[in-house]
Amino acid sequence: MPHPGHLPRRVWAALLSQLLRPPSAVCIRAVGCYSQVAEAVLTSQLKPHQKKPNFIIKVPKGTRDLSPQQMVVREKILAKIVSCFKRHGAKGLDTPAIELKEMLTEKYEDNIGLMYDLKDQGGELLSLRYDLTVPFARYLAMNKLKKMKRYQVGKVWRRESPTIVQGRYREFCQCDFDIAGQFDPMIPDAECLKIMCEILSGLQLGDFLIKINDRRIVDGMFAVCGVPESKFRTTCASMDKLDKMSWEDVRHEMVTKKGLAPEVADQIGDYVQCHGGISLVEQMFQDPRLSQNKLAMEGLEDLKLLFEYLSLFGIAEKTLGEKLRTTETEVFVATPQKDFLRERLKIIAELWDAGIKAEMLYKNNPKLLAQLHFCENTGIPLMVIIGEQEQNEGVIKLRSVASREEVIIKRENLVAEVQKRLSES
Amino acid sequence: MPHPGHLPRRVWAALLSQLLRPPSAVCIRAVGCYSQVAEAVLTSQLKPHQKKPNFIIKVPKGTRDLSPQQMVVREKILAKIVSCFKRHGAKGLDTPAIELKEMLTEKYEDNIGLMYDLKDQGGELLSLRYDLTVPFARYLAMNKLKKMKRYQVGKVWRRESPTIVQGRYREFCQCDFDIAGQFDPMIPDAECLKIMCEILSGLQLGDFLIKINDRRIVDGMFAVCGVPESKFRTTCASMDKLDKMSWEDVRHEMVTKKGLAPEVADQIGDYVQCHGGISLVEQMFQDPRLSQNKLAMEGLEDLKLLFEYLSLFGIAEKISFDLSLARGLDYYTGVIYEAVLLQDPAQAGEEPLNVGSVAAGGRYDGLVAQFDPKGHKVPCVGLSIGVERIFYIVEQKMKTLGEKLRTTETEVFVATPQKDFLRERLKIIAELWDAGIKAEMLYKNNPKLLAQLHFCENTGIPLMVIIGEQEQNEGVIKLRSVASREEVIIKRENLVAEVQKRLSES
Repeated sequence: MPHPGHLPRRVWAALLSQLLRPPSAVCIRAVGCYSQVAEAVLTSQLKPHQKKPNFIIKVPKGTRDLSPQQMVVREKILAKIVSCFKRHGAKGLDTPAIELKEMLTEKYEDNIGLMYDLKDQGGELLSLRYDLTVPFARYLAMNKLKKMKRYQVGKVWRRESPTIVQGRYREFCQCDFDIAGQFDPMIPDAECLKIMCEILSGLQLGDFLIKINDRRIVDGMFAVCGVPESKFRTTCASMDKLDKMSWEDVRHEMVTKKGLAPEVADQIGDYVQCHGGISLVEQMFQDPRLSQNKLAMEGLEDLKLLFEYLSLFGIAEKTLGEKLRTTETEVFVATPQKDFLRERLKIIAELWDAGIKAEMLYKNNPKLLAQLHFCENTGIPLMVIIGEQEQNEGVIKLRSVASREEVIIKRENLVAEVQKRLSES
Repeated sequence: MPHPGHLPRRVWAALLSQLLRPPSAVCIRAVGCYSQVAEAVLTSQLKPHQKKPNFIIKVPKGTRDLSPQQMVVREKILAKIVSCFKRHGAKGLDTPAIELKEMLTEKYEDNIGLMYDLKDQGGELLSLRYDLTVPFARYLAMNKLKKMKRYQVGKVWRRESPTIVQGRYREFCQCDFDIAGQFDPMIPDAECLKIMCEILSGLQLGDFLIKINDRRIVDGMFAVCGVPESKFRTTCASMDKLDKMSWEDVRHEMVTKKGLAPEVADQIGDYVQCHGGISLVEQMFQDPRLSQNKLAMEGLEDLKLLFEYLSLFGIAEKISFDLSLARGLDYYTGVIYEAVLLQDPAQAGEEPLNVGSVAAGGRYDGLVAQFDPKGHKVPCVGLSIGVERIFYIVEQKMKTLGEKLRTTETEVFVATPQKDFLRERLKIIAELWDAGIKAEMLYKNNPKLLAQLHFCENTGIPLMVIIGEQEQNEGVIKLRSVASREEVIIKRENLVAEVQKRLSES
């Protein structure tokens, strides 16, 4: 029995009188009451640190502990990432987890609702940082720095909506690399992509692809398709869902929810289905509508320069705009001329017999450009080209799809030369 | 003038009338008011992103950015600390920065006011963790673990009172090591002290001392001195200030603010001035009053055993049994310890002075039980390294020595003396990166050679790779040592091998 000293006297008296009554309907209710009273009494009797019997120990929604096993994996991954950042000459930086709310608000436009605020406890109004980028910008401005190449590894917090997708946490780690400063165009941008490739390759997660685009091309594309400027951002938000939804569903959302005219949506659809390598950039330069838009042209110029640097960095093939390579084809057998089907068939058989993954177009007389595009779009690294000149001289032309470099080799050395190049790449 | 429509009419009228009055004492105050009103008005007039004219970009009070130089120092310190933890077989653990408020409250007794709460935004009530110990206890209870030797490095947050002592931040890093589990007495406790010694020695901060005491001895001492049990904790809090205040001031506080009888305070004073090695433990065993107290005797027995193990560990001379040591947090149940750096005796010329605590810890056997509804006890002992304090000391040392640290680890710089060699530089640097070599180049199409050389000298890059017309024609590359300015010519195809050779030799 709970110690009487801890209950108000009248409650205790009421409790006792209930217990001493003979059983009756009233008593059943009284017994029910007694249970509730008893639980309340028991609970209030407990010292604060003795919680209710059904107290569950847990972490906040959207957060998690990392067990020792998980820590080992994390440490290895972070070490590889930071090592790459350092290899590129980045300096480490650390900023506080809490920032003045006024530093963060309005930097994220629509995402303020997702920020964790600290309770107003009489001092400055604070929030937990939402990413590492705005704090970096704040650091640069605060210290009046004009140039900096920095990396930062740290936790960020986002109050995502309750329907948490698997793997989407409210507290999670980010590894950022940024180059601040005015430099000659596209060199820092190329380095960022080089770093992404080095890290993803180094972590051995399998084949990957980096999609690139340009804000100015997006805006230019919207403009020439007839999207009203006031709807640019909201159309963007719809377009962003293309990695999760089909074009039909996205188009539907654009028309019914975002209020775009169906023709406008259709025109956007023509563009957004395009992806490819440097050849697509060239193609867009020629696009009759897009070439009218100054902003889009600026973006395309920069992308063209970027692709050039990416080639020199040896990563242009990772920046093709397609889903992860669905084939592992290593060599493509091509011809610039008509009536070379039989030669192609003989060559490809030789490659297959040597265990080399090879393809060719199922066309008697394909155009060279179409064959080139096929290689770029599907990510095939090496081309074997046979034409009249090569046949007469008893040679074959090997062409690197990424760098476009060509070498002439002897016909009889085909397999050996191809194997050599494939093992080097 | 602020737009009238944005002020209540009467305020505006009052403002106008003030401005139109002839100067007088009243007006001066009015002008002051106007500035305040104007500022208030101006602020409210501005769109949210147009801040007050004197908008200052800053970090929250009590927090700071770590510059690249500071990051290099911190990384070195943390690497040494974690290496020691690993050497003793600890596993790494990470817990969230935010915890359910109910997990943290009442674990710290008096310190709740110092916790950062998150705003109630409709979900769970959350707080920023105050230390790494309570989250560890929560982890043990949540996963029903009975034993664990873990280390954890992470930030913690405390809303310290506005009078911030130099080096006392509101967001700071802690490195914790804890051994949870029922083991034979004092062995884990001794290992914790051994770890503290290894770390402090390894960081080369100079001479240090670890004060130890025992919660039971503190409570026993209070009891035999006549302190009422209800005043134990508050007396403890006063005693904790002995590292900052003199005994006279602490005694004064005990009597005037905490309501202790003067004789009681005096008796406490007799004890707290005592400190020494194993011999003091023996002495206290014989103390007529203390030996009457069962709890104090238990504490002394454990300390005696502990000193025996510390001797075997070779660190007994670093340890001082100090009866004035109290420690603020209430979850300690047994041995408690605190490490302080001692000023260089050669400089001070006198007794070593305490510069401040750089590490602390103790035994806390009841904390996990507070989480576990069934009250299963998991005894724990641990330590926390005060990284910020150590960091501050190392930084000060470096300043006085004029040491300059490299903020990058770049080994090779790719340069050219001529124009139009960007593409060659890009190819060369990619080759170096792909071979795992740390390399940089200027983000300039046509940089001047001198600027590239200065960049290397300023950032401490030891080796340059130079490509120019002549080199390209001859199929070679020039390697240049930045320090000695010596140059060698190597074959283009041997670039990676030659660079790796020179880097490994240096």
